[in-house]
Amino acid sequence: MHAELEVHFRDSAAKALLDPQLRANFRRAMDGLMAKRKAQFPDPADLQDLRDLSTAIRSRSLLNLPDLLEQFEANCTKNGIRVHWAETCEEANELILGILQSKGAKTLVKGKSMVSEEMHLNAFLEQHGIEALESDLGEYIIQLDGETPSHIIMPAIHKNKDQIARQFSQKIKDAKYTEDVDELTAMARKVLRQKFLDADAGLSGVNFAVAETGTLCLVENEGNGRMSTHVPPLHIAVMGLEKVVARLEDVAPLYAILTRSATGQAVSTYFNLITGPRGTGEKDGPQDVHLVILDNGRSRIYADPQLRATLRCIRCGACMNHCPVYTRVGGHAYEAVYPGPIGKILTPQMEGVGVRHDLIHGSSLCGACGEVCPVEIPIPEILVRLRREATHTDAGSQVAGKGTGRTRTEDWAWRLWAGLLKRPRLYRLAAWFATRFGKALPAGAPLIQNWTRTRTKPVPARRSLQERMRSEAQSGGTRHD
Amino acid sequence: MTDATTSSAASSSARAAILSRLRAAGGGGPLPPLDVTVLERRQWPARERMERLRKGMEAVHTEFLEATPGNWTAVARAFCDREGLKNLLYGPGSEAGARLAADWAADRGAGQGAGGTQLMPYDRPVEAFKDELFNGVDAGFTGTVGGVAETGGLLLMPDAAEPRLMSLVPPIHLALLRASTIQDSFWSAVKALGWGRRLPPNALMISGPSKTADIEQTLAYGVHGPKRLIVILVDDLELA
Repeated sequence: MHAELEVHFRDSAAKALLDPQLRANFRRAMDGLMAKRKAQFPDPADLQDLRDLSTAIRSRSLLNLPDLLEQFEANCTKNGIRVHWAETCEEANELILGILQSKGAKTLVKGKSMVSEEMHLNAFLEQHGIEALESDLGEYIIQLDGETPSHIIMPAIHKNKDQIARQFSQKIKDAKYTEDVDELTAMARKVLRQKFLDADAGLSGVNFAVAETGTLCLVENEGNGRMSTHVPPLHIAVMGLEKVVARLEDVAPLYAILTRSATGQAVSTYFNLITGPRGTGEKDGPQDVHLVILDNGRSRIYADPQLRATLRCIRCGACMNHCPVYTRVGGHAYEAVYPGPIGKILTPQMEGVGVRHDLIHGSSLCGACGEVCPVEIPIPEILVRLRREATHTDAGSQVAGKGTGRTRTEDWAWRLWAGLLKRPRLYRLAAWFATRFGKALPAGAPLIQNWTRTRTKPVPARRSLQERMRSEAQSGGTRHD
Repeated sequence: MTDATTSSAASSSARAAILSRLRAAGGGGPLPPLDVTVLERRQWPARERMERLRKGMEAVHTEFLEATPGNWTAVARAFCDREGLKNLLYGPGSEAGARLAADWAADRGAGQGAGGTQLMPYDRPVEAFKDELFNGVDAGFTGTVGGVAETGGLLLMPDAAEPRLMSLVPPIHLALLRASTIQDSFWSAVKALGWGRRLPPNALMISGPSKTADIEQTLAYGVHGPKRLIVILVDDLELA
């Protein structure tokens, strides 16, 4: 329990800050995204109404979650979609492998799915001899370099045009070097269209799952989602269990606020509703559609009335676009599938507040994330709550890894403090020493250097407040207003 | 099929465990009310709906051809000839597809436009002509079941007569839209079309040609799907 904690975010954030190219790429991208979002919401009152409605819809969905999931499953099954459930990422990976193997599928073409990133599905399938190819342009770009997404909506946002031009000319067969975005896009189109044509199976995520109809909704601009879900003979969809909403008409406002918050678009190019495999007489579409519903810690998050709000998230990425920390360090510094503010509350709840303690502390609590969140998730409040959970073992709490973020040093510091406060004489003595000799303490001393590394060392007052008050009372009570 | 049996057993035990955890967490409680006035505010008269849709879709590079109920097949044909299209994929079983084919055949009988764009029926399962569909088709023609004024968008319900890939795989998508079918918003369209009660295996909204901004937030059109979306906008408002 008192093992020294692993540190990921602090060190990689420090490294990222020293990379001017990375910082310039993110700065430009985030400034653009913030401006575009703002232009989509010219009327603050209208935006607030839409946020209130969206928040209410997601809250209602969560209040009825088990019933809605059962209704959704029953309707999917009626429509011919095979529904599977997985408690862990390992189970979900095995399920998908089983489905692919039962069809003899060797190649899988993927639409963008953050849940599949959560599962590390690609690596798992490659180990079993199945090629998993990302087809979203951004995902394709980072897969060529063996990287992970640095943003949940724009996975290759950390790269600039020159970097992509170099990469394409090296990694795509017969490609010439060009920095023209249209030509680069055309190159990827050529490679990927052949892959869509040849793939044995397609995989997608799910933006919204509709209980009343048993429908999977997919939001996209490129058409790779439609290609992946309609061209191959087998379509497998993966979703987190929180994605379900009651009615299709509830999806309309969520969709409206999703695209505007995410990329500042009033509408995406495609809004695709999949309610079943190829129907009677249909000439295309997959013969089989499977859906894997993943828990991976979500039901535990659900159990806590305050933390449950985390599951309202519709994955728009507005919180990272507006985060002063994310903008400066980029997505990779978080060393987590979900970066930025939402990742800071989601990852520790999934993986444990102890192991990912530096994520919950890596925030200035400025509140920008909560302010722009389209479903009003109180991210700063949840961060504060998780900071407590990391060092306490409250009886009612179900938070993963609660209390494991308490270090031996922190423990001793608190014990020392408690000891001093209980013994007035000792406290006064300590205060006397601190005020007289605190200045002499070197800035590089252990513990103190955590503060002084980036700030000047505070100098204690020459006399403690108690001392001053006592002497002033004796000398006739001078008042300081 | 031991694998499938084991995985389905694992899946059903996962299902039971997940649902029981969710139920134990205690849902219920009063549901927050849904105030949809923000959605109801989005309403426009018919002609404004048409203009709004057009403006919204043109902003994302959709092209429009103006037509009337009587001349839209000729407008489509003129476009195909102008662009020098080799062929146009259509659904012979759909109302719009049948009308297009009949009018083009009549023109041809009357000696107009010999040669030019050939109509190509999508009349067999995709497996029988996947390669040709990907590599040998210049354009696809589909009808629509409506449009969305607020943001701009076409509503499609692909089916046996008008398969899913017609609006996706060919580099040009030609779509027929009757102005009288344009709804205020996606929300009102869902209600008007009864999509919440029953949906076919696939339904969708399309607002423009395929696009991406994944390279340096620079917009590029025609990434995976159609490079161009052409709407044949039939003004039937005076008749409605």
